[in-house]
Amino acid sequence: MFYREAGDFKVSYQEDSQTFPIKFDRVRYYVVLAVAFGLIPFLINDYWANAILLPFLIYSIAAIGLNILVGYAGQVSLGTGGFMAVGAYACYKLMTTFPEVSMFIHVILAGGITGLVCVLFGLPSLRIKGFYLAVATLAAQFFLVWLFNRVPWFYNYSASGQINAPERDVFGIIITGPNAPSWATYLFCLIFLTLCAIVARNLTRGTQGRSWMAIRDMDIAAEIIGVNPLRAKLTAFAVSGFFIGVSGALFFAIYLGAVEVGEAFGITKSFLVLFMVIIGGLGSIFGSFAGAAFLVLLPVVLKVVGVDVLGWPTDIVAHFQLVIVGALIVFFLIVEPHGLAQLWRVAKEKLRLWPFPH
Amino acid sequence: MLDQSDSYVTEDGRTIGGVVMEMKNITLRFGGVVAIKDISFDIREGEIRAIIGPNGAGKSSMLNVISGFYVPQEGEVFFRGKPRPQMRPYEVAQQGIARTFQNIALFEGMSVLDNVMTGRLNHMKAGLFQQALWKGKAEKEETENRELVEKVIDFLEIQHIRKTPVGRLPYGLKKRVELARALAAEPKLLLLDEPMAGMNVEEKEDMSRFILDVNDEFGTTIALIEHDMGVVMDLSDRVVVMDYGKKIGDGTPDEVRNNQAVIDAYLGVAHD
Repeated sequence: MFYREAGDFKVSYQEDSQTFPIKFDRVRYYVVLAVAFGLIPFLINDYWANAILLPFLIYSIAAIGLNILVGYAGQVSLGTGGFMAVGAYACYKLMTTFPEVSMFIHVILAGGITGLVCVLFGLPSLRIKGFYLAVATLAAQFFLVWLFNRVPWFYNYSASGQINAPERDVFGIIITGPNAPSWATYLFCLIFLTLCAIVARNLTRGTQGRSWMAIRDMDIAAEIIGVNPLRAKLTAFAVSGFFIGVSGALFFAIYLGAVEVGEAFGITKSFLVLFMVIIGGLGSIFGSFAGAAFLVLLPVVLKVVGVDVLGWPTDIVAHFQLVIVGALIVFFLIVEPHGLAQLWRVAKEKLRLWPFPH
Repeated sequence: MLDQSDSYVTEDGRTIGGVVMEMKNITLRFGGVVAIKDISFDIREGEIRAIIGPNGAGKSSMLNVISGFYVPQEGEVFFRGKPRPQMRPYEVAQQGIARTFQNIALFEGMSVLDNVMTGRLNHMKAGLFQQALWKGKAEKEETENRELVEKVIDFLEIQHIRKTPVGRLPYGLKKRVELARALAAEPKLLLLDEPMAGMNVEEKEDMSRFILDVNDEFGTTIALIEHDMGVVMDLSDRVVVMDYGKKIGDGTPDEVRNNQAVIDAYLGVAHD
């Protein structure tokens, strides 16, 4: 009823392999883009930007990156926090060394550097799989955080050991530092998220995505039909690292402004992004958005309900928040182990037949 | 090129060309266990070559040697007249050798279409950046290869399950999808490891028809392992018989059927 693909005929293979093969989806996608680019920047304020929109956009990029690695290529990684830190520190060093270069280039370069670092730590994946690989990437997490803490060159020998984003502008509009208007920071992140999502979708629907999924589903069979496992795994690490690096750079430069590595990019960050990917749905770009939205929004919603509606003390709500988020994650994984993306697919199946389910 | 001097035409009018693949004195050991002992045989262009033998005879090991999973300790593999250096399985695939597995090795999380499309990976050369932008070569290749894949899908009569995830399919169809994936690679040599294991008579008939059609229409050289003697004798042009890692017979189905060593291996023989 609300959702139909009947009568939506394809006459070429290009049409059949496009990102949104169903017209209704396509229209909705353009509407979402129009609202995100054309409407929200005019309505945004500091609270919405900092509490919800910026973290959502940035975590979505990180979740897409990790989803490519874990969901598409099947290589478990617990090093996301560390890789985000690489992006952040690369961006910081670039910003301070080349102040006149555009932030767009800095963020992309930071992503590229993180991609290379990610490939380096992905090398063990050629020999080890599953939990053992997870432990190996955990080593990356701790090593990278230690490195950024202990080598003063990375934080430009500042006394506090922190890195602070200097004020930078794009086309005359300030986008970093405390004076940046919220709509500008929002748009900057949104542009990166849109580009990342499109690139991720293109990669995963084509040859590259198929060789990743082949490696994920059955590596022996993948090798026998001609997938070079070394190349497939390392490109997955590189592409994933690029996205995670971009998100790390944005997280530091646009969102936080000042970063202490152990606090901002610790192991909890790795788990947070991994939860987003698992709750959202492994092997789904939409799932990355859904997972990021879920874990960013849930604490905010709980806080609003607890403090503003029920009138509980703030500290109790803060503690309850952790308990409830944890419980919901467990609940979700039991009810729908394939994540929100699967829930969405099931809902679409149901809606197609509604209100006559037979 | 292949030496075509001793090519011949079969009774049903197919041309069998020169030797495509030759195994020379292959010996494969796992520690103290000798899986294959000094076996030589060849596969000719355009023929259906069967490898049979009782359980544990080393047939699958032989196929694994051909497809590069196992490296034999002794002996040499000649492909299209040239000795083949030691290769990884994906390099063997790039040479034009495709195979199916005894217990289905499909990508369960992907649709049938995507599974068959993976067979085209070696023919798609667009770089990562082109793919990221979905422009130029990437888009063109995707469409061209999709056309070819659709032909294979039509050929094997699996159009109706194109977009179904492979994990949901019944066993017989999975076997067919696996064959489709191997065919999509347009192999010069197709290895089938027990394509009819666990099938009922009807499914076996379908599969036999597909194998014959593949061989007939595309001229694909096929080497297959099979336990169903009726099928093997009907399908194949020549048969290798193995037992305990040794070759005990080699020839046309009729020759093999009347070979005393083969009869002994299958029926057992009194040891006195």
